[in-house]
Amino acid sequence: MKGLLRKKYDVVIVGGGPAGLAAALGARQAGAEQVLVIDREIEAGGILNQCIHSGFGLHYFKEELTGPEYAERFIRSVSGESVEVFSNSYVLDITPDLQLEIISGDYGHLQLQTKAVVLAMGCRERTRGAIRTPGFRPAGVMTAGLAQKMVNMKGLLPGQRIAILGSGDIGLIMARRLTLEGCEVIGVYEVQPYSSGLTRNLVQCLEDFDIPLQLSSTVAFIHGKNRVERLTIAPVDAQLSPDHSRARDVNCDTLLLSIGLIPENELSNKLRLRMDSATGGPQVSSNLETSLPGVFACGNVLHVHDLVDFVSEEALRAGRFAAEVATGLRRPSDNISLQSGENVASIVPQSLSPDREQIIYLRVKQPLKNCILTIGERYEKSFRRLIPSEMIRLTLPQGVLDRYFGENLRIDVRLREEA
Amino acid sequence: MYDVIIIGGGVIGCALARELSRYQLRLALLEKEVEVGFGTSKTNSGIIHSGHHAPADTFKGKLEWLGNQNWDQLARELKFGFRRIGELLLAQQTEDLDYLHKLKMQGEAKGVPGLEIWPPQKIQKLEPNLSHSILQALHAPTAAVVNPYEACFGFVTCAQQNGTELFCGSPVLAISATAAGFAIKTAQHNFSCRIIINSAGVFADRVAAMVGAADFKLIFRKGEEYLLDRRLQGIVSRVIFPVPSATSKGVLIIPTVDGPIMVGPTATAVTDREDLSTSFTGASKVFATVRQYCPAISERDTITEFAGLRAVADSEDFIIRPSPVKNFINVAGIQSPGLTAAPAIATYVIELLRDEGLKLQEKSTWKAEIDGPPRFTRMTLKERNAAIHRDPAYGRIVCRCEAVTEAEVLHAIQHGARTLDGVKFRVRAGMGRCQGGFCTMRIMDLLAQAAGLPLTETTKRGPGSEVCYPRHDNLSAGDGG
Repeated sequence: MKGLLRKKYDVVIVGGGPAGLAAALGARQAGAEQVLVIDREIEAGGILNQCIHSGFGLHYFKEELTGPEYAERFIRSVSGESVEVFSNSYVLDITPDLQLEIISGDYGHLQLQTKAVVLAMGCRERTRGAIRTPGFRPAGVMTAGLAQKMVNMKGLLPGQRIAILGSGDIGLIMARRLTLEGCEVIGVYEVQPYSSGLTRNLVQCLEDFDIPLQLSSTVAFIHGKNRVERLTIAPVDAQLSPDHSRARDVNCDTLLLSIGLIPENELSNKLRLRMDSATGGPQVSSNLETSLPGVFACGNVLHVHDLVDFVSEEALRAGRFAAEVATGLRRPSDNISLQSGENVASIVPQSLSPDREQIIYLRVKQPLKNCILTIGERYEKSFRRLIPSEMIRLTLPQGVLDRYFGENLRIDVRLREEA
Repeated sequence: MYDVIIIGGGVIGCALARELSRYQLRLALLEKEVEVGFGTSKTNSGIIHSGHHAPADTFKGKLEWLGNQNWDQLARELKFGFRRIGELLLAQQTEDLDYLHKLKMQGEAKGVPGLEIWPPQKIQKLEPNLSHSILQALHAPTAAVVNPYEACFGFVTCAQQNGTELFCGSPVLAISATAAGFAIKTAQHNFSCRIIINSAGVFADRVAAMVGAADFKLIFRKGEEYLLDRRLQGIVSRVIFPVPSATSKGVLIIPTVDGPIMVGPTATAVTDREDLSTSFTGASKVFATVRQYCPAISERDTITEFAGLRAVADSEDFIIRPSPVKNFINVAGIQSPGLTAAPAIATYVIELLRDEGLKLQEKSTWKAEIDGPPRFTRMTLKERNAAIHRDPAYGRIVCRCEAVTEAEVLHAIQHGARTLDGVKFRVRAGMGRCQGGFCTMRIMDLLAQAAGLPLTETTKRGPGSEVCYPRHDNLSAGDGG
């Protein structure tokens, strides 16, 4: 194998999950010759490999697939495209002149040079530490994703009587999975007054199984010195602080956490990329290039998505743009910067170019009904219902932005005024 | 018949075991938990105090500075993480200034070198992230940081290498005096010995009471600590202290050996000696206090929190003395600066034993050094390549947050780690920002593979803390596949 090792690449992609695989495909399609994917796991596919439920691919493939099936389609496409994949490999460092330092079980310690990098490291789950849940530190407190790996990859159960803190999608999926496995899921507790999961998951994973969702409440104390024995559940006030006077205890042996995802940007921070505090990811231009020329980002490392279909779409584009840079093509820089206005939580990309069709992803700050989204004065779109957990995807046809040259454009979402 | 049995495998018991293993004695160390260092030693600030904090006329004051001077050599011999980074004690108000000068004099009288009062300009230059309103600070270059659990593993490995027998998961249930000494009943075995050294930490009063040797009382003071993301690594270079209160040294900013910043501890009296819970009030207090002298620190950077208990004797000083029962020695109430003092406490106890008439003859074969665990992150590029060439498991990163390799995890298991916490505290796998979210299953697989531990019997820190259960249909459970 060592003989195949190239020291120079056109595009190196960090991460072999759905984003990394699609980026590799995009890079090859756009003419990059030497494309390398570096993946930490033994098998490519990322977190999809443990997502055995269906619901993937409805947008991208127009059919319903399981996570491993979805991953398999991309793995097959990529292997047909003579992309090199280093699995079980770990990027220690990237220098600003795009040298990568890699540690690999097969090749040892390596240094590679590339013309473009695509960051596709995905995200990790927030932990108990991040929300500083008081109480003991027993076994039986774990993230929903770890429980998912335990059940789906190992055939083991995290516990018998399960409570879930946070209504993120993985938590909802696990509520259903564990119920089907014969566990008792006693409830999902969400600190916000609205769910942070997709509507379809609320219906298919909680309502269909009569699992209660308790909004505006949290775990105020974890009891049990060795293994979880019970939880104190308290309603929260407007500042999200628990009201201990109205707290009550529930018995359970397991607490799953589904309290949000954090883009894994340690390499981006080492590279000193300009970051966006709203997304937790790097700031990118309309061609998904970060503040360091030649470094691109896509998928959950850029901003947390709720559908893998959009990850694939975004990553294909990032791979294509990276290939353009690697093959010497330069597009004009963006000249419109975007700003979050009323009710807008985050926007990707952070700038636009008027010279071609643009795709924008954004999230609202709170649930809204009957509202209008405006971009500057030229674009508006009505929505019957928007919720923070469902990302909005907009396509702006070429021409819409013509008038805005060098401007700072605000995106607002306002309630439609009643006639 | 053992010559000496040490009850309690915290840092005191482990240091003592190593020190006693120099002599021709039959020696055993009994530990209640499944691994050594799993009590107060694990949930500790990890500071080797500079030597000036406690007054010279107390045990604490004497043994603090004596102990401090042993740690460089110990870290070299026992291969644990240790950095002598110094400390800075901050005067934030004019009434604090007197204390700074008093402490400087106290330290100088004990022979602590290098103590220096820094003016604000120097503080701002050398610790630019501290608040600019600090009036003065006392710099003590002799302070250091250590991973206390690593020190325990190092001490005990060395003691075992020199013939000491270690019995973990062996809580002492009863002790009776016999003609020759003592009979000890544990959950697993019965032992007989001539001399008992009681270093049972927060349980030392109970152990002593089993044989009528409890001539002291313990109270328990809880400390909560908050470990912060590596994003804040380097925000301070030295251990930062405020002026202390009557019951504690205050909330500190601690650059831990491996880099991440830790803030804490609190000091709250508790009655339950197993109450290791953290609290809303503890977190609020720690962050509100620490932000007064380092405004950039935020609770949002917390990756994990924990609490530990200090065993405090009613006299507030260490208790290191023969008990009313002959040949039963209490080493109790070892609160701060107990970690710092541990090596000196061990030497002092040896002298007590000599005074009691124990014959101490040195072994010619005693070996001070241990091989020590491999540390991938501390290797040079060349060493890494050589390691991977020798064993490809060094090229497989198990814990992505802390860059811990499979080879290191396997080494920890070969050297006694049997729990997730045991692996975590030996090699840092699971200690980083994802808190084991990604690597827990892989470590369970390695425990299964290398120690034959079925997945369903994997525990966080011993029996009762099982991590998972078989599926209800029992299909494919625990097959590791």
